[in-house]
Amino acid sequence: MKLSINGEQRAFEGDTRTSLLDFLRRDCGLTGTKKGCDHGQCGACTVLINGVRINSCLTLAVMHDGDEITTIEGLGTMDQMHPLQAAFVSHDGYQCGYCTPGQICSAKAMLDELAGGWASFVSSDLEGEVRLTREEVAERMSGNICRCGAYPNIVDAILEVAESSK
Amino acid sequence: MRPFEYTRADQVDSAAQMIRSGARPIAGGTNLLDLMKLEIETPSALVDINQLPLGRIEEAEGGLRIGALVTNSDCAADMRIRRDYPVLARAILGGATFQLRNKATTGGNLCQRTRCYYFYNVDQPCNKREPGSGCGAIGGMNRIHAILGSNELCIATYPGDMAVALCALGAEVEIMNAEGNTRRVPVREFHRLPGDKPEKDNVLEPGEVITGVLLPPPAGGTQIYRKVRDRSSYAFALVSIAAVLSMEEGRIASASLAFGGIAHKPWHDSRVDRLLTGELPTDALFDQAADLLLDSARVWGFNDFKVPLTRRTLKAVLREATGVAA
Repeated sequence: MKLSINGEQRAFEGDTRTSLLDFLRRDCGLTGTKKGCDHGQCGACTVLINGVRINSCLTLAVMHDGDEITTIEGLGTMDQMHPLQAAFVSHDGYQCGYCTPGQICSAKAMLDELAGGWASFVSSDLEGEVRLTREEVAERMSGNICRCGAYPNIVDAILEVAESSK
Repeated sequence: MRPFEYTRADQVDSAAQMIRSGARPIAGGTNLLDLMKLEIETPSALVDINQLPLGRIEEAEGGLRIGALVTNSDCAADMRIRRDYPVLARAILGGATFQLRNKATTGGNLCQRTRCYYFYNVDQPCNKREPGSGCGAIGGMNRIHAILGSNELCIATYPGDMAVALCALGAEVEIMNAEGNTRRVPVREFHRLPGDKPEKDNVLEPGEVITGVLLPPPAGGTQIYRKVRDRSSYAFALVSIAAVLSMEEGRIASASLAFGGIAHKPWHDSRVDRLLTGELPTDALFDQAADLLLDSARVWGFNDFKVPLTRRTLKAVLREATGVAA
């Protein structure tokens, strides 16, 4: 069974119980994606599957034949950071950094969802255009927990990238 | 996690055959895999149904047919749902997170299991997880538990939001058995009360699989989903209410209300809908509706607050839906 990870073809032949998260970290050596709760509650393991954000701890590697997975390693490099990575640095959007790869992958997909016109629970109008307020960012990012409490700076970083990409 | 055999199905009937011979269907997996990690669910075989052609929302019978594999995200984002069934879009958006809704499916969401702490803790008694072992929640920490329809065997609640809106809308679940025959069950009758089989959450029989959900023609009117919870995002409902209500000449022309977080199933009480219909909206009427809804309420200690909370939430929803000022 083959899948693409950050543009590279990989084969999966392991135990069917292997989560996508464990496959990425243990078998592919892509340890940027973090294991927090391993139960879909913290969002540290957020990756993109065909551009859509999901919790990689709550899906099996074997279920992703032919899928394109993007992890934090596929978004940017030390020399060429993704705009979200740069914004997290300039706004100090972390303390310990453990949730950061998940936050950034999640934010990347969140901005794509917004561009696709998706409403959220706090959107006053389900059908109209959404203005990305702090309340909207908080709701859309509620699947990513930061136990250091860097939320104000995380929201600043995301809003800056959202503004600059308009 | 216990070992299991994994098969990917590409046809509905072959999937149904595997399910009949004991395989568990897996779609989004967000609830099932969580429970398998904890060894609360221990299937020996999984059949991956994600390749089945059940991933579309189509017009049907004046309403919409939502395929069982439509994700929660895609359902809530569909313009027809947002425009004609806003209570459903709101309810879905009120549940879980974007990451989870991107995986969770319409069929799987209906089958999600309770979040009762005792169900989740294999060291505790739980008649739902292990029939006959007792109920740890009775006499234990039962803050999130049921106030309606429960008994001494089980006071767990159904945790979902989407199904509450589907109950208010009068939607139906489409179910296929291993022989390929299809039946329809109103969502209001899909989930069960614990009765003497608390281990059985819904009316699905062995070998049956959900293939879709049918929404009736748009009801119009005012549609509200209000969810009361411990934090403002990513939490299960303590109480939630889905309301579909229309007014004519100052009177309530029709009302359909469903309640989440207070029973073993999404709660619908047709007496409440009938009481409201044809009446002038007043706070006195809303209190009568709450009296009727809660006339058989039974509390368990830590969840006593849910009775006044349900009353207040109901009154707030009815005021908003009818335009009556508080």
